[in-house]
Order: sequence, then structure tokens, then C-alpha cells
Amino acid sequence: MSDTVCIVGIGIHPFGRTDGMTGLDMGVASVRSALADAGVGWEDIQFAYGGSDSAGNADTMVARLGLTGIQFINVKNGCATGGSALFGTLATIRSGEFDLGVAVGFDKHPRGAFDPRPAEWGLPEWVGETGLMLTTQFFATKIHRYMHEFGISATSLGRVAEKAYANGQHADHAWRRSPVDLETIMTSQMVSDPLTKYMFCSPAEGAVALVLASEKKARALGGPIIRLDAAAMRTRPAGSFEVFAPSIDIVRGGSATQNASRAAFEAAGIGPGDIDVAQIQDTEAGAEIMYMAENGFCADGEQEQWLAEGRTTLGGALPINTDGGCLACGEPIGASGLRQVYENVVQLRGDGGARQVPGDPKTAYSHVYGAPGVSACTIMTR
Amino acid sequence: MSTRMIAEGLLTDEDDPRLIGGRDRETGRIVFPMPVGGDAERFDPVPLRRDGTIWSWTVQRFAPKSPPYVGTLPFEPFALAYVELPGEVIVESRLTGFVFDALDCGLPVRLTTIPFGTAPDGATLTTFAFEPAA
Repeated sequence: MSDTVCIVGIGIHPFGRTDGMTGLDMGVASVRSALADAGVGWEDIQFAYGGSDSAGNADTMVARLGLTGIQFINVKNGCATGGSALFGTLATIRSGEFDLGVAVGFDKHPRGAFDPRPAEWGLPEWVGETGLMLTTQFFATKIHRYMHEFGISATSLGRVAEKAYANGQHADHAWRRSPVDLETIMTSQMVSDPLTKYMFCSPAEGAVALVLASEKKARALGGPIIRLDAAAMRTRPAGSFEVFAPSIDIVRGGSATQNASRAAFEAAGIGPGDIDVAQIQDTEAGAEIMYMAENGFCADGEQEQWLAEGRTTLGGALPINTDGGCLACGEPIGASGLRQVYENVVQLRGDGGARQVPGDPKTAYSHVYGAPGVSACTIMTR
Repeated sequence: MSTRMIAEGLLTDEDDPRLIGGRDRETGRIVFPMPVGGDAERFDPVPLRRDGTIWSWTVQRFAPKSPPYVGTLPFEPFALAYVELPGEVIVESRLTGFVFDALDCGLPVRLTTIPFGTAPDGATLTTFAFEPAA
């Protein structure tokens, strides 16, 4: 039994578009880079969890990494694929079964919006045939309602996007590396009201691998000790409003995010006010605003003032999405959640360079959300 | 040319049809559409009220990918909403008859049907939509 589990190696294949490389190629590259970062070889790894949404089976990587015969479990859990792989790796080490393992997530999606098939999501064909099955519609209607109820302005949406591109320019792994000014964001093409082109992330490509170890093993390896205190994944509760919902309940309930967040904070024994830096699902600018509250960082409606005061910028009280998040990095589904953890480790190690959060951050939080109502949150400390 | 609904079981067979939802036999919770197959085991079909208000909305400004989308080409942007049917459920639906700039949460709407595409056999496909209530 090893209560404390550490992240001892991180590897990333840059997000965006890499012609000529498959998702699996990128996954292999990220694992090799994480192994090098940890100072171990593939032959030292005792087990792995990995997955992608649409780029193949993670365990086939053993052909390239080495046929050491280890246990390698594939995960396919939509947008929570990376978070679920991480949970599996964490729990396996905590159980005492193994003390050195890898979590890897990768993906490669075609250009343009996702084109889900209704049957795969338990929906009748007419929902897709009539044009009511787009993730963009869900995010647009959810933030529209939220703006109406809690007095959030369109300018706040713009500020979230402006911050994302400002941060992304300093992240080597980001896709969008140029800042975009607020006016350009606000006046760019309207995609799905109230969200403009620059307020949406795009499906992309990329891979992230993390090497996890028991504390004893981590100390033997000698690198910086970054503890993964909690990883929680939850599905939707009654009364939630999710992607691809042909109807929702009038009596509103909680959300998968609220439940995953609460579980993570309980497991870590700290609260939202203790977090120094956070990576939050920002499929679009409104998502970051809503999830600030759903994750417990502020009350509904307070985001308007937080953003006006720049409290979530790199120098603010709670820097959010320090590598530009999904808006600047794009969203390879299987890799997105692990990118957040990668970025948090960079920040906790103090290796952020021009995007480093000042003040020596000691606690970090990550949150992903996706269809059909899944969320995964992690908390790490050093 | 013939005209038909995009799917059976969405609307009641009345002169002024209503959407058919499903009511959970134990909890009374209403969902739309009426579940089918194994998912239907807990639900009884229930006609939903025709009037409601816009709970939230957006405009679909780019053409959804085909498949699955079968709407008329070239694509024309359309408004859509989650419409609250008081006391029942909030349903996602196309809107019709609105100027996009005039859309807002809380506006009263009423159920109707609209043509939106053409089937491979040439038939006009219709679907449900909500229009401004007088």
C-alpha cells in the first residue's frame, strides 16, 4: 500500500496538426519523452493505461516501445479517456500492485467540427438528420442561458479567449502561438451565438504521457516530487444539462463536473481556495466561465468581475489555463485531459518559462468535461 | 410531391399535432422524445403541450456534416432553442419565423412543423419547430 503517488515523468507531442504522423506515432513519441524525463527505460515500466477516442488502440504501442510483456490496459472513455487512464494508474500504484507505470493519451481527428453518429450516443437518427446534434449547439445554449441567469457579458467571453491566446504563445506544445486582441475576437465570425470563431477550440492532434511512481520509487529516482493527490471521474447525475440532450429537466440538478470536483477535493483534503493554478475545460470560452463556478472556484456570476480584474491571468490570484487551454492547444480528445496534468507539473516544477505562474505555486488542479456527460478532475501538490 | 415527417412517433396524429414525450411511470419525470426499445421500459407516451418559452437559444451558422445531416442544400443558417414547456420538460428544437437579432430567453413560442430537407425519393421532409406565439 502506497498512499502517496508521484508524477515522475512528463512527455508531450506538440498539439495541432502533424501531417505524416499517426496518433499512435505521437503517443509513442510522448511516452519516450516521458521516460527520458523520468530517467527510466521502457523495460522499467511495470504497467500502463492508455487510450484515444479515434486514433487506435494504445496497447499496440508495445510493438514500438518494446515487447516487455507488461500489463497494458486500453481506455476508451470519451473526453475523460486521459483522466480515466490516470485514475487507473494512480489506483494501481496506490493498491501496491505495482510501483512504476505509464498513463498515455493521444488522438488525431479530421478537420472541422466533430461528426458524431446518433446511434453511438443512444439517440434516434432524426436528431442528427435534422441538424440538432452538434457539440457547438450545446455549449452555445448552455452559456447563453448562464449569461441570462447570472449577468455574464459577451466581453467576458472575449476576455477568456484573449487570455488563452496570450498564454498559448509561450507554450511550446500549443497550436495557436499568436496573441489575438479582444476586438478581433469579439468581431470575428459568429459560429454559434453568442460564440465567435476565436471563442471555440478545434479538434486537433497530439499526445501526452505521464510516468507515475510510488513515493518510495520517486525518491529513489531522485527527481522533483510532484504528488498526485486525487484523480476522480464521474458520470452525469439526474437533472444535469449535457451534450446531445434532446430534452432536459425543468428542475435543474447538479453536474458531472460538480461531482467529480467534489470527489477530488475530498480525496485531497483541501478546498478550491487552496489551489494556486488550475487547468479547466475550455472547449469554448463560456465553458471556462461556467466551470470556474462548477469546480467551486467562485460563485455563479462572480466571473464577470474576476475576468474584468484579470484574476485568472498568469499574474492573477488564480491563473487558469496557463498554456492556453483547449482554445490555444486544440482538443485531441484522448490527450486533452493529460495535457492539463502535464501543464500543472510544468508549473509546479517552476519550468513554465515565460508562462510560469509567479509565487512558487504548490497546488494545481485540472478538470475535463465531455460527452455524454463525463468529467475528470485531478489535484496535485509538491 | 409527397411530404413526410423525418421520423415516426414524434408527433400525435391530430389536426394540430403535439410532440410525444415519455413519462416515467414511477417518478413522473418527462423526457423527449418518447424512448424506444429497451429504453422505453419505464416510460408511457404522453402528448406534450404546444406552448412554451425559449429557455436558451443559438443559431446554427455553419452546415452540419452530412451524414448525418439531411437538410436542404445550400445550407441556410437556422435558429434553435431549448424550449421550456411549463410543468413538463425542456425540449431542443428548431425555431422558425424569428429574426435572429430578436431572439432572447423567455420569448413565448408555439409548436409547428416545417419542411427542412428532401428525401432520396424526392419527398419533402418535415420536422417539428417552434414559432413566435401571438
